[in-house]
Amino acid sequence: MIEIRFHGRGGQGAVVASEILANAFFFEDNSVQTFPEFGVERRGAPVAAYLRIDKSQVLVRCKIYEPDHIIVLDPTLLNAVDVTVGLKPGGWILVNSNHKPDELGFPSKFRVATIDATSLAIKYHLGPRTSPIVNTAILGAFSNISQFMPIKVSMKSICGAIKKKVPIQRENNIKAAKEAYNMVIIDKELCKAK
Amino acid sequence: MKEVTTGNHAVSYGAMLSRAQVIAAYPITPQTQIVELLSNFCATGKLKAKFLKVESEHSVMAASIGASLAGARAFTATSGQGLALMHEMIHWAANGRLPIVMADVNRSMAPGWSIWTDQNDSLSQRDTGWIQLYCESSQEVTDSIIQGFKIAEKVYLPVMVILDAFVLSHTSEVIDLPDIKLVDKYLPPFKARDMMDMKNPRAFGGLVTPDFNFELKYKIQEAMNQTIPVAKWADREFKRILGRSYGIIEAYKCEKADTILVTSGTITSTSRYVINQLHAQGKKNVGILKIRMFRPFPAKEVVAVLSKAKKVAVIDRNIGYGVGGIFCQEVKAAFGNEKKHPEFFNFITGIGGRDVTPKDIQGIIDYTETHKKPKEDIIWVGLRK
Repeated sequence: MIEIRFHGRGGQGAVVASEILANAFFFEDNSVQTFPEFGVERRGAPVAAYLRIDKSQVLVRCKIYEPDHIIVLDPTLLNAVDVTVGLKPGGWILVNSNHKPDELGFPSKFRVATIDATSLAIKYHLGPRTSPIVNTAILGAFSNISQFMPIKVSMKSICGAIKKKVPIQRENNIKAAKEAYNMVIIDKELCKAK
Repeated sequence: MKEVTTGNHAVSYGAMLSRAQVIAAYPITPQTQIVELLSNFCATGKLKAKFLKVESEHSVMAASIGASLAGARAFTATSGQGLALMHEMIHWAANGRLPIVMADVNRSMAPGWSIWTDQNDSLSQRDTGWIQLYCESSQEVTDSIIQGFKIAEKVYLPVMVILDAFVLSHTSEVIDLPDIKLVDKYLPPFKARDMMDMKNPRAFGGLVTPDFNFELKYKIQEAMNQTIPVAKWADREFKRILGRSYGIIEAYKCEKADTILVTSGTITSTSRYVINQLHAQGKKNVGILKIRMFRPFPAKEVVAVLSKAKKVAVIDRNIGYGVGGIFCQEVKAAFGNEKKHPEFFNFITGIGGRDVTPKDIQGIIDYTETHKKPKEDIIWVGLRK
């Protein structure tokens, strides 16, 4: 079973990102379970969403405390919350950031990838310029790094899930995701080391 | 057709597939998405039902009672405080012998103000004459709504289908949505045995003197007694036509168990996860008894499973204040006239939506196995003292 935790801010689409990724994995015959942080959400406040993926039925029903990987939709969260809490050693951290992975200062026990999803979201007019919706772009980047994970997810499935779950601007969302797939910066050295 | 959907939407699909004809609704967190999707189904013609927006939960049940009396298949959903506000009409629906089906998303009763799960809302309605089914997965939710109508329309008692707030209501997972043609085969249109008839006007719910009322109440108990075989039949029919079954209770991996956990709701699912791991490691002396049907309480079936165990750990996500866990009370009462009974351990956990983890379940197993008898009447799990 693979467990992924999403960090975002209310309104950025972290919960929808988790649902899109759940659907993408579901298209590839996986059992999935996804849920938001249970409770009330405020625009701009830190939010979390969770995703479990398994080949057999997901039975466990509680929050995820020790994720295998994390996806951070907002770079400013790195100074606001401890996004790596509970993250398993060797786990991936995928961050929406215009920095290179080694510039973010994560401990070497984690594998880091960055994608400038904000620029892509602005380029493809996803959400207003002041609060772009970055969730689809970051999932394109995730598809690329998933090739290093035990359970992979193809861009075809990501695009199919975007078509299913995103109500507007489907084509632009898909373009952003595809571009992000090619743009993601992976710390190759770290990748080999693990 | 397989789909990734939330527990709440699983409820809506269940009502749609059952071809509910009247849906009276008042939104309340964490139930809102249920009636939101049903309203969408009605607006887009996917469900040909009358959708009634009313001013309170009390009115919701009053409208459902009216609809059911008029011969319609009536469905609604509520949660926590909403269910409590409905209470007078909850009695009315059962005493009126109306086959209404309602989903309740378990929500902790206020104060402290809460939107999170525990079972005290639905268990407060246990003596109203409603059949109660507790679900552990979204699939079971959809299927139980459909089965609920099948049972209700046979025994003329209302059915409450219960799911945990957030842990099920807002969690998306893969479910297999039944083909509506097969559901139609399983659940033909509702033909009320006794309904309002404009050509033969009568009053409903009038004064009943002590000469007759005793017998009316007796008949509700009689219908409850019939419910157990009827629910088993409805489940078998479901298996035959739609391919899945749940039982009214389920003994899971109890073949070699000397310790049995008694569970309900999503705690069952997490317990399966723990028990599967234990069995994979060769530790096969722990099993689960899932209680799906709490009303009527299947005492005979529960005793048949548990009497083989040395120790029984009842996990309650609820509390009868001044007594203890409510499932535990009922399980113990089922053994009332038995000569022998296992040692009962009552664990209370997850109140107010506190997370219940595999570690908590493992802790419950460890405590039960290492104690000959419980040290306390109630063993609190995850409580900060």
